[in-house]
Amino acid sequence: MSADVFMRGARLCLGVLGLSLLVLVAACGDKPAPTSGFAGLGQDAGDFNKVERGRPLQFPADHGQHDGYRIEWWYITANLKDETGKDWGVQWTLFRSALRPGEEKAGWNSPNVWMGHAALSSPDGHQYVETLARGGVGQAGVEAQPFKAWIDDWALASTGGEGIDQLEMKASGKDFQYRLQLSAKGPLVLHGDRGYSEKSGQGQASYYYSQPFYEVRGEVERDGKKLQVTGQAWLDREWSSQPLSKSQQGWDWFSLHLDSGAKLMLFQVRQSDGKPYRAGTWITPDGTVEPLRGDQILLAEEARTKQDHGREVPTRWRVQVPDHGVDVQTEAIQPLAWMGTSFAYWEGPISLRGKSGKPGGRGYLEMTGY
Amino acid sequence: MATLRITLAALLSHWRRHPLQFFSILTGLWLATALWTGVEALNSQARADYARASAVLTGPSQAQIVPRKGERFDQAAYVELRRRGWLVSPVLEGRIRFSAGEEGSRVQLLGIEPLSLPHGSSVAGQPGSSLDLGPFIGEPGQAWIAPDTLQRLGFKVGEQPSTVDGQRLPPLQVHPQLAPGVVILDIGHAQTLLQAQGQLSRLLVDADLATKALPADLASQLELRQSSDSGDLQRLTESFHLNLRALGMLAFIVGLFIVNAAIGLALEQRRGLLRTLRACGVSLRSLISALAIELGLFAVLSGLAGVASGYLLASVLLGNVAASLRGLYGAEVAGQLSLSPQWWLAGIAISLLGALLAGGSSLLRAARLPILALAQAQAWRLAQSVWLKRQAMVSVLLAVFAAVCWRFGDSLLSALLMLGAILLAGALALPALLDGALAWLSRYCRSPLSEWFVADSRQQLPAVSLALMALLLALAASVGVGSMTEGFRKTFIGWLDQRLSADLYLTPRDTAQSLEIGAWLKDQPGVTSVLPRWHIDQRLQGWPVQIEGVVDDPSYRQQWPLLSQSSGAWSQLAAGQGTMLSEQFARRLKLDLGQTLVIAAPDGEQRLTVVGLYADYGNPRGHMLLNADWLRRHWPDAVLSNLGVHVMPAQMNALRTALEQRFGLDSTRLIDQTSLKRWSTEVFERTFAATGALNALTLGVAGIALFISLLTLGHSRLAQLAPLWALGVNRTRLGWLSLGQTLMLASLTVVLAMPLGLLLAWCMVAVLNVQAFGWRLPLQIFPDQLLRLGLLGLLTSLLAAAGPLWHVARRQPADLLRQFADER
Repeated sequence: MSADVFMRGARLCLGVLGLSLLVLVAACGDKPAPTSGFAGLGQDAGDFNKVERGRPLQFPADHGQHDGYRIEWWYITANLKDETGKDWGVQWTLFRSALRPGEEKAGWNSPNVWMGHAALSSPDGHQYVETLARGGVGQAGVEAQPFKAWIDDWALASTGGEGIDQLEMKASGKDFQYRLQLSAKGPLVLHGDRGYSEKSGQGQASYYYSQPFYEVRGEVERDGKKLQVTGQAWLDREWSSQPLSKSQQGWDWFSLHLDSGAKLMLFQVRQSDGKPYRAGTWITPDGTVEPLRGDQILLAEEARTKQDHGREVPTRWRVQVPDHGVDVQTEAIQPLAWMGTSFAYWEGPISLRGKSGKPGGRGYLEMTGY
Repeated sequence: MATLRITLAALLSHWRRHPLQFFSILTGLWLATALWTGVEALNSQARADYARASAVLTGPSQAQIVPRKGERFDQAAYVELRRRGWLVSPVLEGRIRFSAGEEGSRVQLLGIEPLSLPHGSSVAGQPGSSLDLGPFIGEPGQAWIAPDTLQRLGFKVGEQPSTVDGQRLPPLQVHPQLAPGVVILDIGHAQTLLQAQGQLSRLLVDADLATKALPADLASQLELRQSSDSGDLQRLTESFHLNLRALGMLAFIVGLFIVNAAIGLALEQRRGLLRTLRACGVSLRSLISALAIELGLFAVLSGLAGVASGYLLASVLLGNVAASLRGLYGAEVAGQLSLSPQWWLAGIAISLLGALLAGGSSLLRAARLPILALAQAQAWRLAQSVWLKRQAMVSVLLAVFAAVCWRFGDSLLSALLMLGAILLAGALALPALLDGALAWLSRYCRSPLSEWFVADSRQQLPAVSLALMALLLALAASVGVGSMTEGFRKTFIGWLDQRLSADLYLTPRDTAQSLEIGAWLKDQPGVTSVLPRWHIDQRLQGWPVQIEGVVDDPSYRQQWPLLSQSSGAWSQLAAGQGTMLSEQFARRLKLDLGQTLVIAAPDGEQRLTVVGLYADYGNPRGHMLLNADWLRRHWPDAVLSNLGVHVMPAQMNALRTALEQRFGLDSTRLIDQTSLKRWSTEVFERTFAATGALNALTLGVAGIALFISLLTLGHSRLAQLAPLWALGVNRTRLGWLSLGQTLMLASLTVVLAMPLGLLLAWCMVAVLNVQAFGWRLPLQIFPDQLLRLGLLGLLTSLLAAAGPLWHVARRQPADLLRQFADER
């Protein structure tokens, strides 16, 4: 699981570089980030705060923003059903990227730039929107206590309870919007060594925790039609300052809610110089965590779907973790869940069909670099 | 093909023997093209710059959110709107001055926020989404500037110039698409440079929101405005450019007269050649094709030269034109030309068109005359006499057309058509009038020599009439433009003297400071009165109008010049019952004294009686006066923008210093009457400097036309002069007689040019100005100016005649004798 920072770091790097319309893979895959690049990636990494083992995560403070670190995000994906039993997927993401080291400053001179992505997917369609904001003026930001993350009129905010246990999440795009109530039914999950999540080989790391146990109810609206929905959601929180590797081509990332009540996070990074790097976390229904090594994970692509712009993206996979009795076929609920944002990627809800009597479930899949 | 080549070679050989004619055609076309393209270059440069100006920052919709009061508002309103889902993007504008350099070193700063720019926006002509964000919003950031502005200011790429306040700009970066005089940078840097932390000027609005209503709590502070003022620039400056173009057209026509004269004479001289060629079996078609190719060669040659000189002319005049446009309209035009390839091609095309216009009639005549008639010596002249009658008829028709334009026309175009028709009618009537005048003179001639003198002049008339027409046009235009300019100058300066009656004019930062200064001034020694001017910008029937609220002060009654007024006008204004309008604004709205103006105020429609009209020269926007208290009652957000201060001369300097120190008013916010007048007069002078230069050039062209005509005529005059010489008139006397003839024709032309010029002047002040600018000026006649121009016309003809006549006087007796042997 240690490459997740690497991966998400790359995701953010791509996101922010995407603002300047650098090509996805070119920016973070084949060649290094530009030396004077948007986030100053690479050259003055030393001035940003380092990620260090043994720093205990402290809540609620760590729900808030971490000035001094280069990149950070609040990432929620939800698998929902409406009253007719139709599947829906919702994504709410807020990225913070620092142009230079240092504390947040009031005014346009703030080092922070914020980016929000929101999407609503169902078998009938996929809608997404992106918004950008400068830090320092109040257009976007995060407060730890009481918890509140916002950009424009989108918000992820505490409605009571401890920390991030009870949240309201809302966002809107041109022809869609949603407003959901999230309620945590399990503990926070710290990845890696009590939240210190190491990367393979190169000594890179991030702070990383999740809340995979949200129960959700609320309303989604598409093209003016409102629907009541219920389901599950998964929050990822991560921050780091690490520069990126040149050899990454892209990644495939899964967050799975199994019917047994267990949760599974796993991914593979496709590398130009060797076989893909795989890692993950096994989470029992009561929140006990077990990191997964690459050799415990089997991932196979089974079918691809041609997206509107012509790129082919694998939308059916077989995922196996034999040590925990997982053997599922994942199928995209909306195979055309392409996020045509300033950097483009595929992100959408998936359904899981258990093989040979194993439990099924549902989850979210993110794929980049196709 | 071979026939054509041989024919062409034969025709071209003519120019080897008559290089002067060759150069006169070339010169004519060259001058015509040069003047026309020069003016077009000025116009197209200005238009391109307006386009650049309006492309500095364009959003997907014209709508934007602006403060109701003042120029800026708190950016908290921006954040509030964004957090309610409004996709708006902040903009901060302002002017800065650099510490290096003087008057020209001011630029407009435009601070933008690239992350929130609406989809489909473009910045300096490039899509907003293609911005390289990191360097732009980071430290030290970037300051985008146009190459011409960079050069004007004398800075280098990458330099970080300091403002007068000691702030440093981000490193300068060149963007060719950017408008002149504008610097684009990140909004954060702009706030620092303009010392406007947390302040914004306006918000760009996403296309979807353009019709939404603002939230109620913000609507008191902000308003959604559908279109901006910047699109008006093109419209406001339209008349200025149309006038320039009319002037260019005049010069072009005058140039074509030269070409026409030279080509006509060349044709006449080549009658024999044409006859020989035809007799040798060259078909009429080949002959005409060869003549046409020849004409085309002339056009291309002189077109190239003309376009090049037009470019030079334009670059010389551009400084003045740019300064006028900046002064009159606040329109930024680069001090440097950068023209598209189309412009160069258009120059060649106009030269071809000119050649066709000027040479077409000759081609037609050559095609129509039968072979035998070509040999007839008087063929061309006979044709000319028919032309004379036709010209006179056309002239009458044109005069009727002009009268119709005047009576029924109601646009700038009709006014210009009328002007053109009058000029052409005058020019075409000239030969007939001269002929008539000479016929009348001949009745009083008693001696044989004087009879010959007049009769021979009449005979010369067809040949020189075109050159004389050019002289007439140029002189008449000079008289017309001169009278108009002089009259305008006198009226304008008189008006400025009255209008700028206060001793000091203050433009404080905002209303609060204005009120503070106003209160403070009342207690200062030597201050006799303080005249606050409340101000609001509005649109009335689509026209931008500046509404000014003035207090009831006796100095207005004494010094504000009114063109016409109802009885008790000032009292009605003071009572809030009446309004006064600027002349041009009243014309646009078609309102007169006593009529009612309906105006939309925030608290509903208001009706006001028009009680007075006043001149407001040089202001392209509408202007109206209201009572200050009334204005503030109905427009609570009116701004106190100006204070006029009457102060004793002795206390003047002390007061200035006190104002500068106490309120931080620099020279941009504090100006005394003398400087303001000087500045206004400068703008005025510059505006007419380009006009004057073009006019002088036109007169020069007419002189050249006359010179060339007389020169070519000189060669064919020997046949007329030889018999006189044989009868005992010596060569010197012959020379003097010829000079006398030319001067007589020229004097008659000059005399006729005067009334024509005055008629033009009247058209300009009473018709053209009204249509173009909205103001009417009294027609003023300046006899000394007329005398000067008349003498200048005579001098021009004298200079033009001197060379050819010196030539005639120096002819060898053998040449003259040979005339009798010449059978031709």
